[in-house]
Amino acid sequence: MDNIICIECPLGCDMTVEQHEGEIVVTGNTCPRGEQYARQETVDPRRVLTTTVFIDGATHPMLPVKSAQPLPKDRLDACLRTLAAVHMKAPVACGDVVCSDICGTAVDIVATRTMEAV
Amino acid sequence: MQADVAVIGAGPAGLAAALEAAEHTDDVVLLERDGELGGILPQCIHHGFGTFVFGDMLTGPEYAQQYVDRVTASDVTVMTDTMVLDLAADRAITAVNPRRGVFTIQAQAVVLAMGCRERTRNQIRLPGPRPAGIYTAGTAQRLINIEGVMPGSSAVILGSGDVGLIMARRLTWEGATVEGVYEIMPRPGGLTRNVVQCLHDHDIPLHLGYTVTDITGSRRVEAVTVARVDGDKQPLPGTEREIPCDTLILAVGLIPENELSRDADITLDPATGGPTVDEHMETSQEGIFACGNVVHVHDVVDDVTIASQTAGRSAARAATGDLQRGQMAQVAPGHNVSYVVPQHVSAADHDVRFYLRVREEQRNVVVAVTGDGDTLHEERQRIVRPPEMVTLTVPAERLKGKKHIEIEVHNG
Repeated sequence: MDNIICIECPLGCDMTVEQHEGEIVVTGNTCPRGEQYARQETVDPRRVLTTTVFIDGATHPMLPVKSAQPLPKDRLDACLRTLAAVHMKAPVACGDVVCSDICGTAVDIVATRTMEAV
Repeated sequence: MQADVAVIGAGPAGLAAALEAAEHTDDVVLLERDGELGGILPQCIHHGFGTFVFGDMLTGPEYAQQYVDRVTASDVTVMTDTMVLDLAADRAITAVNPRRGVFTIQAQAVVLAMGCRERTRNQIRLPGPRPAGIYTAGTAQRLINIEGVMPGSSAVILGSGDVGLIMARRLTWEGATVEGVYEIMPRPGGLTRNVVQCLHDHDIPLHLGYTVTDITGSRRVEAVTVARVDGDKQPLPGTEREIPCDTLILAVGLIPENELSRDADITLDPATGGPTVDEHMETSQEGIFACGNVVHVHDVVDDVTIASQTAGRSAARAATGDLQRGQMAQVAPGHNVSYVVPQHVSAADHDVRFYLRVREEQRNVVVAVTGDGDTLHEERQRIVRPPEMVTLTVPAERLKGKKHIEIEVHNG
């Protein structure tokens, strides 16, 4: 049995997830969005990763990046470690791929701002 | 120099106001004291921006980029590294930058978009010595996300608003230990989403009803003392606990930055800390408009953009003599409402979007707008909470001719 606080809206329902013979039963939710969220959190919890990587030749030393799609929650640390070693070179455009298929997740890491060469 | 519209500040508010003004008049100047555009957004690298305006979850830098690209491609004259020193009621701006030295701009209309500042240690009267290692959350965020410098290795965070929660996760992801987040109120200040994804995901404890009472350390922070507080937010003797750490992050609120507004004798609302405005976002000084966090602190940038477009459009109309002004109706906060923006309605020539904050959390409510005693508009809400701004749009025809408008929250 897992307790999950719903984050879909400000109500913040306290939900309970129980698994019986492979079937997931969600209680405590007010709406279908809550149930969907609780199922996703139980089966395959994912998060968007936002961090920075080093960049040379730009106005600032850090380039902000994000995962183009949510990553499996248990792979975030591995992805952060990989990105800590990445060095980019200006210019970079917002949306450019910084690291493709990071840690074999099939998700790309992309730049979230444009940084001109200076 | 002369301008139709001069916009002070190039954060999300100033960018949106300048772009919108340039749609309606030719000569728009955008003044920014930083070296680049975007205000605070470039350092807010987390996502969740733009769900309303773009229907997508963008990061702060991406949201800013949308407007920076448009402003750069527009006819707006952009002046970075430019600090405004004074604003007169007749809309004469005194500014300084490295290229022109001190210079003046006489504007037909001015848009104030200076944003807000963080409350500091002094404003919460936190005693103790003054070692290195005490940062506001925004300073720590800038150090990590822009400068690439870690502010410390083990941190205590005071304040559980969204900035405090976001920084707890950010510090953790960059390898620091967050000893805990301490909140003086009995409830977290930020969104549930951030409590879950920033704290629960990383097993960071949240201590409600606590504050920091002392700091230890001479050159660098060595520990902070926390204590439980009573119902009046006063520390309870005997509950003190010392927590070893090298960094204290203060996420203790934001204050609209209105030094220039005061220079121009603009009326400020004590409840918001910002100028009182009408539905055009015009302040008490004719031809001076205001938008974004300088008016009241927003929790969602989308709302800043929308209100700032109104300010920019109105300023352009004022500059060209096309702005409709009418008899002012007062808008008063009623039961369980701490403030409402706009505080006045003048012409009511377009539908008016009201922004309000409640005093207390309340479930299953009706937010009701009355005009001279008649109900003009009602909206049901499942829950209202002080950290989350309530917005509602009232059709223009219902507001016309009303002298006293009131917005209240009651049980539904």
